[in-house]
Amino acid sequence: MSAETWQLVAFTTRMAAFSTLLVIPIGVACAWGLARSRSRAKVLLETLVTLPLVLPPVVTGLVLLKLFGRRGPIGHWLHDQWHLDVVFTWRAVVIALVVMSLPLFVRAAQTAFEEINPQLENMARTLGASEWRVFLTVTLPLARRGVLAGALLAFARALGEFGATMMVAGNIPGQTTTMAVSIYQSVQLGQDAHAWGLAGIAAALAFGAVWASGLLLRRQRP
Amino acid sequence: MNAGLTAHFTKRFRGGATIHIDTLHVPAEAGITVLFGASGSGKTTVLRCLAGLDRPDAGEIRFAHAIWSNAADKSFMPPRHRGVGYVPQDYTLFPHLSVARNIGFGLHHLPRHQRLARVAQTMQTLDIPDLATRFPSSLSGGQQQRVALARAIVTHPRLLLLDEPLSALDTPMQLHLRRELRHWLRNAAIPTVLVTHDRLEALTLGDAIVVMDAGRILQQGPVPDVFSRPVNRAVADIVAVETVQPAHIAHFANGLASVIVGSTTLTALATDLPAGTRDAYVCIRAEDVILTRDAAPTASPRNRLPATVQTILDAGPMLRVTLDCGFPLTALLTKQAGAELSLHENATVHALIKAPQIHVIPR
Repeated sequence: MSAETWQLVAFTTRMAAFSTLLVIPIGVACAWGLARSRSRAKVLLETLVTLPLVLPPVVTGLVLLKLFGRRGPIGHWLHDQWHLDVVFTWRAVVIALVVMSLPLFVRAAQTAFEEINPQLENMARTLGASEWRVFLTVTLPLARRGVLAGALLAFARALGEFGATMMVAGNIPGQTTTMAVSIYQSVQLGQDAHAWGLAGIAAALAFGAVWASGLLLRRQRP
Repeated sequence: MNAGLTAHFTKRFRGGATIHIDTLHVPAEAGITVLFGASGSGKTTVLRCLAGLDRPDAGEIRFAHAIWSNAADKSFMPPRHRGVGYVPQDYTLFPHLSVARNIGFGLHHLPRHQRLARVAQTMQTLDIPDLATRFPSSLSGGQQQRVALARAIVTHPRLLLLDEPLSALDTPMQLHLRRELRHWLRNAAIPTVLVTHDRLEALTLGDAIVVMDAGRILQQGPVPDVFSRPVNRAVADIVAVETVQPAHIAHFANGLASVIVGSTTLTALATDLPAGTRDAYVCIRAEDVILTRDAAPTASPRNRLPATVQTILDAGPMLRVTLDCGFPLTALLTKQAGAELSLHENATVHALIKAPQIHVIPR
């Protein structure tokens, strides 16, 4: 593996791992809220969370570009407060990956939360547990397989993300270029061997993550 | 001061079912109050309201001097502050925790060594010391029941709520655990509300009984009183045993027991009575009591009791006759039979009861 290939694989894996670490707390909060919600807005919220899964990724990317660009509402604020630039940096890669992989995570985790017998949580309450303790000692441990499986799916999705990343982070070699972007570029430049090499690595990583996720979900019911 | 638990509340369900509790009183002294009624009569809902898992739409629940729930001023004490021990019907053990950690769940405020000591002691009491590292999925029904009970009493709750604690078990196990349960609950000395639809369970375990039907309380009081003097036909139908009297076993051999009730000695068939039982209830259904005018010394029933008619009540085509035969006894006979015997108050008759129709329930 050339130094350049190695850098691409390491960078992409690092970005995917970091975004997955962000997806877990955000996604657990969303999934738990949706699983327990009886509000009429539930379907609306579910649709919003799922949207990046079905929208063309470049559309999601475009929205993120407008939000986080220096003249966008969030980008402007970040720049003013902390002189933080997002668009066309590694931060934009992470944001794109988080938004694109969140729906997969929420779907898996929400199902896991919905399968928990609410009487177990009630039992913990009668035994003196606060809501926070109920969540940490009963709800989350019982949903752990679903959460973990969701995290692996999110990681796999993040590894291969292309459209949104391209829009919001661009293609700056060594700074924002991910494997998927590099494969596209290589094909454009006629470097098929390089493209195939990266494609193989990407497929192997994704295969491993999805396979592990499937194993976890299958064993969910002991 | 009226200590213990007092409750009057209404809980409505979306389907239209309504639970309306006029007055429920559970004394502060240790003792078992049985909520008795058919399934669907609202017993579990009452228990869930007491535990704080359901919120009444109207009324108030008070324990000692604390208000647990008051719909008028919207005060509601969450379950975790109520200090109740709750054992639901399916036990609801935490599947991801070992038996020891299940039992110790409510003791998280204690330092580790104290928690472990309390858990070990409770497991010893309930005779399950070897299960500590097992997981609920590997336990038998009887073992799960003990673990659930251990988890509920280890915290020294102020009130214990048991929902059909024996119904998930097979019959031999029920018989065995019914006696043990009473023993444990006596030793734990915690006021207890126990839900059951099983007459024997109510009689064996209950000190007081609350009869429920269609979301309402029909009658409450000490077990023998409610069983012997149902306030109306509905209660009589639900309890289905009109005479329940405390009794002492005087002699027991070859499956026949001599039982002293009031000033009378009865002979009863009691093949499944545990050896060494002294205190018991005798239960006699009114339709099993035969009345005659003469002593009929050659009749087959073992028990021939001289009796005085106390009251005669109209019950549709039947007459419900209360008698004094050294203890209060109720008989049910057709109006025609009543006319042939020319029954009237203070009449002297003989009550005949076959030995197998006197049910002895150990206490």
